[in-house]
Amino acid sequence: MSLRIVVLAKQVPDTRNVGPDAMTPEGTVNRSALPAIFNPEDLNALEQALRLKDQNPGSIVIIITMGPGRAAEVIREAMYRGADGGYLLTDRAFAGADTLATSYALSTAIKHVMPDVDLIIGGRQAIDGDTAQVGPQVAEKLGLNQITYTEEVLSCKDGKIVVKRHIDGGVETVESALPCVLTVNGSAAPCRPRNVKRVMQFKRALCEMELPKDTTWADLPYADQYEKKAYLKLGQLTCADVNADLSQCGLAGSPTKVKNVENIVFKAKESKVMTASDDDINGLIQELLASHTIG
Amino acid sequence: MANNVFVYCEIEGTQVAEVSQELLTKGRKLADTLGVKLEAVAAGHGITGMVENQILPYGVDRLHIFDAEGLAPYTSKPHTAVLVNLFKQEEPQICLMGADVVGRDLGPRVSSALHSGLTADCTALEIGPHDDKKLGKHYDQLLYQIRPAFGGNIVATIVNPENRPQMATVRSGVMKAEILDANNPGEVIVQDVAKFVPETEYVTRVLERHVQAAKNNLKGAPIVVAGGYGVGSKEGFAQLYELAKVLHAEVGASRAAVDAGFCDHDLQIGQTGVTVRPKVYIACGISGAIQHVAGMKESGIIISINSDENAPINQIADYVINGTVEEVVPKMIKYYKQNSK
Repeated sequence: MSLRIVVLAKQVPDTRNVGPDAMTPEGTVNRSALPAIFNPEDLNALEQALRLKDQNPGSIVIIITMGPGRAAEVIREAMYRGADGGYLLTDRAFAGADTLATSYALSTAIKHVMPDVDLIIGGRQAIDGDTAQVGPQVAEKLGLNQITYTEEVLSCKDGKIVVKRHIDGGVETVESALPCVLTVNGSAAPCRPRNVKRVMQFKRALCEMELPKDTTWADLPYADQYEKKAYLKLGQLTCADVNADLSQCGLAGSPTKVKNVENIVFKAKESKVMTASDDDINGLIQELLASHTIG
Repeated sequence: MANNVFVYCEIEGTQVAEVSQELLTKGRKLADTLGVKLEAVAAGHGITGMVENQILPYGVDRLHIFDAEGLAPYTSKPHTAVLVNLFKQEEPQICLMGADVVGRDLGPRVSSALHSGLTADCTALEIGPHDDKKLGKHYDQLLYQIRPAFGGNIVATIVNPENRPQMATVRSGVMKAEILDANNPGEVIVQDVAKFVPETEYVTRVLERHVQAAKNNLKGAPIVVAGGYGVGSKEGFAQLYELAKVLHAEVGASRAAVDAGFCDHDLQIGQTGVTVRPKVYIACGISGAIQHVAGMKESGIIISINSDENAPINQIADYVINGTVEEVVPKMIKYYKQNSK
């Protein structure tokens, strides 16, 4: 059975490697100081999709990502690893979206790109928000069942999928009919590396948004390639393209508002500072024992 | 409009989760501030007569029980239907649930169906006013949903001015469970599940399920030895286990150590892990990102072992040892053994 799969991926600032210049003096986030990466759990999601494609010849895996022009990097990266193509969902109207407005936008894009989708797979959560909300909200918006915290897809046949998932204190194996939404844990199988041939094939793939100002496809180096090879022009969708209701998009469509944001400064305690010398450690242990703090 | 505070109680078999009792305690306080009632929702199978005394003593005014075969074990769609249809009827102003696998599966689905705002992994919940300067609108008594964000570099206060219920998930251990009155007389309503959950919602089949009690007792441990990225390796963690053994402590970890594969995910302390309040917290090679500190800041005595003198965690430590974990931990073991005899 060939499958039609959408993988939801996000380009995120690498919050795991935050340097001293990550915050502006005003206490806002200096996004430009953080490298933009493929959200790690979305790579685990991509791997599950590519495995299903390997097992089910004729299947198609399409990436959808929402973000500014530079987020198209995520689509190329996924194509280097085996995805068939992708769409950048990009519009000023989407700016300021919370998880609900993001989910709404993604659900309209999925309906537009692949109305007969069998599986929608995404990472459990993105490292810049850690909310794990977009997967289930997309599922609800599309009226589909969901399986979150996926560890492994055990089988997918006859319109049914069997998945091993992590639950609190254990594991569970569940079965659901297709179509449905899966979210995948970081502990699932890591994504396969880039395939060199595919890198050569897709490295010039671009979204229109990425073209330098006042440049058309015809002005690019290798312009003839873009003429001949349609796959080098990556899909790009605006709010209007996917028929999204503006009142449900971006800031306007977001029930949650950020009231304020604070840089947290720890209340400094008066601490006793010591070295790692034998005397200091011995003294500390004796002090803690004497006060019955330990022992 | 009823406008009450609701808590979704998570149930394994007939056991109500601790996190739910913690949220009932918080919910009671929020309801008192707002001058409204606290209501609880329990959904499972064979729970009627089994869960009431685990829920009502936390000051619950009304408990809604949904008892049907298809509601246990938990699956997404039937429990979503329970809450969505109950909330359409009851119109709560606030809904709280645990930020564990169940709450994080259920919360977003319910919020999407009701088009209401949801904030994940809150570390504090308060009631207060809000002014929307752009719209020139003033709101009284909104739920402040407070959480570290953006890799723990900032703490954000989120509000849901227009949409109800205001939904938030909270991790286990962040709030404290306190029985209000063991004999608190609450109203119990056993609901007709079929009226809330159409047959078509039972779409996930649970084929196999293995759940075991937590392997560690981090939450209740009097002493915690926690390792961070600075521990350096799995082998480094073995040293922490040795120290924990002599001190009768439990081993915990920061997210960086978990992500680096030094130890099990169960050990993670912080906003997206366990919250601990031990008598002594020994932070080994932990720099002290806000999310980590959120999960241990109420510890009695904090000892920080770090080769970086400027590690943020040193600011909240009672004792700061400038040195590597590798060097200091064996010495602590040695001198503890020597002195405690």
